[in-house]
Amino acid sequence: MSNLNFIKPNKKNINLFLVLGISFFTLGILDFCFNNFYETNITGFLPGFINFFTPLIFAMIGLYLIRIEYSGIKLLDEINKNINTNNFNAALSVSIILLIIFSVAPLLNWFILDANFVGESKEACTGGGACWVYIKVWFNRFIYGMYPNAEQWRVNATFIIVLALMGLGYFFPLKFKKYLTFYYVILLPIISFLLIYYLISGGEFGLEWVETGAWGGLSLTFIVSFFSLIFCFPIGMMLALGRRSELGVIKYSSLSFIEFWRGVPLITVLFMSAVMFPMFLPDGTYVDKLIRVIVAITLFEAAYTAEVIRGGLQALPRGQYDAAKSLGMGYWRLHLLVILPQALKLVIPGIANTFLALIKDTPLIFVVGLLELVGMLNLAKTNPKWLGFSMEGYVFAGIIFWIICYSMSKYSQKLELKYKTDR
Amino acid sequence: MKFKKILPQFLTLLFIVIIFGFFTMNAQENMDTRGIEFGFGFLKQEASFDIQFSLIDYDGSRSYARAYLVGLLNTLLVSFIGIVLCTLLGVVVGVARLSPNYLIRKTASFYIEFFRNIPLLLQIFFWYFAALRALPMPEDAPLLLGSSFMTIKGLYTPAAIWNNFDVFFIALIIALIIIYFFNKFAKKKQEEEGKQYPKFLISLAIFIIIPALTFIIGGVDLSWSFPELKKLAKTSFTYEGGLGIPPELIALTLALTLYTATFIAENVRAGIQGVGKGQKEAAASIGLTPSQVLKLVIMPQALRIIIPPTTNQYLNLTKNSSLAAAIAYPDLVLVFAGTAMMQTGRAIEIVAITMATYLTISLFISAFMNWYNKRIAIQEK
Repeated sequence: MSNLNFIKPNKKNINLFLVLGISFFTLGILDFCFNNFYETNITGFLPGFINFFTPLIFAMIGLYLIRIEYSGIKLLDEINKNINTNNFNAALSVSIILLIIFSVAPLLNWFILDANFVGESKEACTGGGACWVYIKVWFNRFIYGMYPNAEQWRVNATFIIVLALMGLGYFFPLKFKKYLTFYYVILLPIISFLLIYYLISGGEFGLEWVETGAWGGLSLTFIVSFFSLIFCFPIGMMLALGRRSELGVIKYSSLSFIEFWRGVPLITVLFMSAVMFPMFLPDGTYVDKLIRVIVAITLFEAAYTAEVIRGGLQALPRGQYDAAKSLGMGYWRLHLLVILPQALKLVIPGIANTFLALIKDTPLIFVVGLLELVGMLNLAKTNPKWLGFSMEGYVFAGIIFWIICYSMSKYSQKLELKYKTDR
Repeated sequence: MKFKKILPQFLTLLFIVIIFGFFTMNAQENMDTRGIEFGFGFLKQEASFDIQFSLIDYDGSRSYARAYLVGLLNTLLVSFIGIVLCTLLGVVVGVARLSPNYLIRKTASFYIEFFRNIPLLLQIFFWYFAALRALPMPEDAPLLLGSSFMTIKGLYTPAAIWNNFDVFFIALIIALIIIYFFNKFAKKKQEEEGKQYPKFLISLAIFIIIPALTFIIGGVDLSWSFPELKKLAKTSFTYEGGLGIPPELIALTLALTLYTATFIAENVRAGIQGVGKGQKEAAASIGLTPSQVLKLVIMPQALRIIIPPTTNQYLNLTKNSSLAAAIAYPDLVLVFAGTAMMQTGRAIEIVAITMATYLTISLFISAFMNWYNKRIAIQEK
């Protein structure tokens, strides 16, 4: 390579190399764009396989020419340090840039430029892009399922009240802070259950009764995951303590409970709740499908929560137990006041992951015939008036779930930092 | 004191016995009123339903037990392919996440954040109902890589036709055994005399040469059958010959791989980051080459961090493969807990068998990984 030194970029002719490099790079990108989007090939005179690689080659020559160390230009130095350290890195960078151009442009077209936003029926969708009219027309169904249109304010009201109640804990005066756990673990679930029972289900106070079979869409996703979340946490905690108990019967029953639920897929658990569970009840008793599903998901996720909490319990040094015992604390005081507060702090990321998994698992309830968001999509897809728009539906649901899960995981990272204490 | 220990245990036991007793009594009563007898005799009855995709001989005249086996093998197939692919992808993305190149790092983390925050079921539906439905019909499908066709009805690739495959297979196993003993021998030599062999190269040579020999002296023969377009009716075409991979399997594998690989990538990243910088520097300072540092110092320590959570992901993948039922890929849940249960109405037996099967698979995988984990764990004295 030493005899090629005369074309090695140097600081002396920096302007020349910069101009040359940038123009080569632009040429490469332009060539790529023309090739893919306008179907004209500006390098068509070259033989086939070289022709295919010309954008890459041009862009790489461009990056080679601007690879000047300590150029004194801040932006250039940053670029060289981060994406252009050597030829191999440059090739990877160029490939990724080309890939982004290749995928972003059609996506943009599909999402916005060629998409249809206005209209009321399938005929309004003429462009080659997405048909957002479909989402608009079906929006109510996707959010509320088969819940009657006139009664949907009840669902909204319930969610707003529950959210407000959840936020209430934040404003507790210092004096009542010690009741916070009681409020969240016992009071809130009861209030929410009563709210959902009387307001969404109705049947009393002059409200029309809506059977659970008509519930659906995103609101059902929220109801199922809310209750499962709230119940699986205390059960998981008991199981985790049980698994570490010194009492044989408790230890091994917790252990087998956890291992059983962790060993089977959720879909079979739901099958069990749908077809096997009614066989285990006295003849004539009927438990609502929704309740059966919530119980099944709760037990399933409780096993995972238990394992996560156990990890936190194990991570605590023995000294914590010994110190608490030497103060004369009994089993419950020791765990409630000393061990659990520390252990739970350690497992925030794990708990958040379990909760995320729970939310992502809720669409599975379609196997027992409950149609939450994804189930509603599959129903809408088969409507003869709206055939052929499955893509839009899945993209819509994907965006909603992504926003929920991503914001939850970011929030858990924030919590983790907030409660991180050095030991 | 003793009383304090016995009472809670007694109460737990009582609680469990009462719950189980209550359930069994009701189940017994319900089955009596419906005239069903608990038992597994139905497994021998004729199944009389067809399964679209099967690894072993199967048709409607075979028994339910055979249908169960077909479903189980399909589950194992998709899990196995998924585990292999998601490990490869996960390792690549996990390493890319630590790349010094800004673009690569960001692309990798974009991929991870994107795919792991969308429910798996939604991804399976997306690939199956939206993406794969956009593929061309068999008659319009372009040729891929000279011999395959990607169509709306699935992927058609050339199939290998073996002559005397068993000889080849035995040779492969013999090669693996020889490699195992050779590696043991090489390790012993290195520990006793400090002599190093090019272990990897010799192993690779054994692995290639011994099976290749069977072509010359064992009478093993390999030929390919290519898919060819065939007209069924005026506008209906299909491919004949070759290997047809159904779109359900493709969609399921794609979704499982892309989803699980995000978790494995995060494990790999955490594992590599978990090895202290001092380890690398110390290894370099005693004169190890960069590849030796990676092989002898970093990887053994990183693997220890990577393996336990990755085992969990393998288990999750296997369990998640049961979502196949949603797109009618004939796995264990669809064939057995779906069709077979509809036909026989034996809810308790069938759900119990299905759950027991998944439990067994889970226990097997975790036992194997525990064994492997123990092997590479730090030997503390």
